[in-house]
Amino acid sequence: MLKKLKTMKKTTRSSMITYAIVIVAFIVMQALTYTGNLSSLLQGLLVPLCTYVILAVSLNLVVGILGELSLGHAGFMCVGAFSSAFFSKCMRDVITVAPLRFFLALLIGIAVAAVFGIIIGIPVLRLKGDYLAIVTLAFGEIIKNLVNVLFIGVDSNGFHFSTKDVMGLNMEADGTVIVNGPQGITGTPKDSTFLIGTILVLITLFIVINLTNSRDGRAIMAIRDNRIAAESIGINVTKYKLMAFTISAALAGAAGVLYAHNLSTLSANTNNFGYNMSISILVFVVLGGIGSIRGSMIAAVILTLLPELLRGFADYRMLIYAIVLILMMLFNWAPKAIEWREKYLSFGKRKKEAVK
Amino acid sequence: MSFISYLVNGLSLGSVYAIIALGYTMVYGIAKMLNFAHGDVIMIGAYMALISLTQLGLPVLPAILVAVVVCTVLGVVIERVAYRPLRDASSSLAVLITAIGVSYLLQNTALLIFGANTQSFPSVIKWSGVSLAGGRLNISGVTIVTIAACLVIMIFLTLFVQKSKPGQAMRAVSEDRGAAQLMGINVNGTIAMTFAIGSALAAVAGVLLCSAYPTLDPYTGAMPGIKAFVAAVFGGIGSISGAFIGGLLLGIIEILGRAYISSQMADAIVFAVLIIVLLVKPTGLLGKKIQEKV
Repeated sequence: MLKKLKTMKKTTRSSMITYAIVIVAFIVMQALTYTGNLSSLLQGLLVPLCTYVILAVSLNLVVGILGELSLGHAGFMCVGAFSSAFFSKCMRDVITVAPLRFFLALLIGIAVAAVFGIIIGIPVLRLKGDYLAIVTLAFGEIIKNLVNVLFIGVDSNGFHFSTKDVMGLNMEADGTVIVNGPQGITGTPKDSTFLIGTILVLITLFIVINLTNSRDGRAIMAIRDNRIAAESIGINVTKYKLMAFTISAALAGAAGVLYAHNLSTLSANTNNFGYNMSISILVFVVLGGIGSIRGSMIAAVILTLLPELLRGFADYRMLIYAIVLILMMLFNWAPKAIEWREKYLSFGKRKKEAVK
Repeated sequence: MSFISYLVNGLSLGSVYAIIALGYTMVYGIAKMLNFAHGDVIMIGAYMALISLTQLGLPVLPAILVAVVVCTVLGVVIERVAYRPLRDASSSLAVLITAIGVSYLLQNTALLIFGANTQSFPSVIKWSGVSLAGGRLNISGVTIVTIAACLVIMIFLTLFVQKSKPGQAMRAVSEDRGAAQLMGINVNGTIAMTFAIGSALAAVAGVLLCSAYPTLDPYTGAMPGIKAFVAAVFGGIGSISGAFIGGLLLGIIEILGRAYISSQMADAIVFAVLIIVLLVKPTGLLGKKIQEKV
């Protein structure tokens, strides 16, 4: 076993370690839950943790592998969450097997998020840099706005839509409101479990790691490093950019499904599906190391657990996020800081020699 | 008649956007970076004016002066500490993410100092305005002062950039930083000056914005900031007259959209404008096309 581990390719070994971390963490958490050593606060955090890990890993695909900044990631999560919660609420009494219902909801959430990823990706990916970032932000806000004015009800005549209010639905007396504008969807079945979350995390990691190490992934990274050079050796830039963006959107949709089925009330506001959420995910990615899948996973866990574990720290959470963002960027990217690091810190040097 | 009053309100809001957009467009033109924190400088400026007016009991003009001075210093400090070290970074994402970090830092510092409660902003302009067409069209004093302030700022800034020595230096740096340095222009100083001017304008915009919409909380600046960026892109980023036209048009679009389409969707309409502009004419209305060099 150990010998086999040594003869593996470096990338395979690295991904095996990543999977192993997730599985070990899952087993430890389960063991702690069964022996009653896990506080109810932490138990409630397990599914959100999985959600954030999936979001961070999927955003890293865009920021780290594709090299573009997306500030609308929460929008895709929002789309996945609402479409799947809508489905689950409609099917609540039709499909009573929770895992099956969740699986179908998951497929729907992923599909809808992926479609949005393509629709948004086609125009957005023509832009780059700052413009791309601000347009993804714009799309994220538009999605949040649209969800907040959406009213859907159902009665014996079928579905009714409105963008004004419940009265605008013109329903029969037996009708029920499913999506209630700013109040969102209430009564979504709580189908998410830690086991499902962990499986989704593993699938996400599998998809992203394999994509990164594949021919397609190398094409995407070539575009990141030099778009013109990549184009000149025959890489279809639009196709690969869209591919990375759509996969990332679909995974964010999956995270949204997990998120929606962990809450009984789902409504869109700035903190869960808006700009703030997009920034929080970005902080996970930046702290974990842009381009490092395992890093964003660990950063998501640490940054979610820390404020909950340290009481009185919660007020300062966003402040500390902000400082983390600035310091990480200055330390990692400022030419002077890089020079200083190479001079005084040994790990920077060793890496350089290894490359030579 | 209601249409005309919407139009006037749109012009007033648009004037505020135009003043904010100037800060974006000048910084973008010279430092080639999107200063995400610009909107939050507006918020800080408004808080400074509020404190000067209510706590210190200063008259209006000195209060605005306090806000302008604090914001100018803030802008220069932000540039020096957070942006300058990253100016030559290999990744352009680095400075963008830092700017987002600075924006969050300002918001959350304000949250800790001033609290999350929405505060009401005292009316700075006592003039009740004019009444036209036999009392059917009322234009408030704030509206007139805002539009006038925007015009004055625009004229002065255009003259400054076109005619003065520092203005020429700014144009030179935005054209080619390296060549400007070789010609003996103090590049760091010029960029710092741009941030100072932009932040001073942000303070003025903050006071005007909060006079027209008299509420203030730590997130007041974020949305107008982003919309002003939309205005800057709309008009063609890097162009001063573009920021003016883009700001006015965006203000009118927003107010008319709010009035005739849907008040909840007003933000979405503004963002849709941005997306359409960027897809149809990415350089904006008055922007110059830049060739990509290999």
